[in-house]
Amino acid sequence: MATKAEVLDFVRIYGDKMAEHRQELTDLDQAIGDGDHGINMNRGFKAVDEKLPTFADKTIEEILKAVGMTLVSKVGGASGPLYGTAFLRAGASAKGKEALSDQDVILAFDEGVGGIQYRGKAVKGEKTILDSMIPAIDAMKRSISEGKSMTVALEEAEKAAWAGVEYTKTIIATKGRASYLGERSIGHQDPGATSMAYLFQAAREVAQKSGK
Amino acid sequence: MVGIVIVSHSQKIAEGARELALQMAPSAKIASAGGMKNGDIGTDVKKIFAGIKEVKCDEGVVILVDLGSAVMSSEMAIEMIPENENIILVDSPLVEGAIFGAVEASIGSPLTKVVEVLKGAKNYKKF
Repeated sequence: MATKAEVLDFVRIYGDKMAEHRQELTDLDQAIGDGDHGINMNRGFKAVDEKLPTFADKTIEEILKAVGMTLVSKVGGASGPLYGTAFLRAGASAKGKEALSDQDVILAFDEGVGGIQYRGKAVKGEKTILDSMIPAIDAMKRSISEGKSMTVALEEAEKAAWAGVEYTKTIIATKGRASYLGERSIGHQDPGATSMAYLFQAAREVAQKSGK
Repeated sequence: MVGIVIVSHSQKIAEGARELALQMAPSAKIASAGGMKNGDIGTDVKKIFAGIKEVKCDEGVVILVDLGSAVMSSEMAIEMIPENENIILVDSPLVEGAIFGAVEASIGSPLTKVVEVLKGAKNYKKF
């Protein structure tokens, strides 16, 4: 289960991580993209952070949608519409809910990944965000269906996400600017998959703190 | 008259392409939606949305983009407009497209014709 306070905590912690790993993500992107992923994500979440105080009396749906709308106008790169669509759709899936059950959390992630697939027209294996996100969600679903706690489920999800990040080093980029490099993109870690792994890390930390 | 929105990661490129196109077709309705709100390099869905609204009319709107996130941001801005069937994102060179599109739109051509001309701009031989 996730309460509104936990959703807010998750947004804040993920924003902190985007500030903390700004240089790392930018360096990864400089190798195979236009070198702005860390700068962009940090700029987007800094704008989200400024809006956090106004979120206090909003619902989970409204909070996630506000995050999405902020990202699409402040990030600047492809991760804006991609992460933005994910948050907007996750928000829509929380409509009318005061708190999210474990199944609601899974639904929000499912809607989010669906949004990214719709927006980016990508599939798994193209060296994108999806390569850490899809295995992470699968691992989370498996754990929850086995009756494990949300903390354990998100630990498994994070582990799967980082394994997905490692996997991106072995494949050719066929989407985004990295695709211009073709085979030269092999050996490089995908920045989008990496920023997504940090999202699961943030979610795991929130669940752990709440002892859920 | 069909409206034109020019989307680029660079505010200067979008404004410059608009300026060039208006020199050829001063009556054309062109909005530039380049860069971020503060002028940084990037694309901003809200800025593109505002650009579409600026030139939106019954005859329709064409959107020209540079590359990368300009495509996704434009698609998202289009989805935010109700009744968006006549707002078309066209795969066309940005500068040539802006000029050809402005000329074609300003002589009163319908949306289908403007889109056709923009797509054809890809094969335009400069010499």
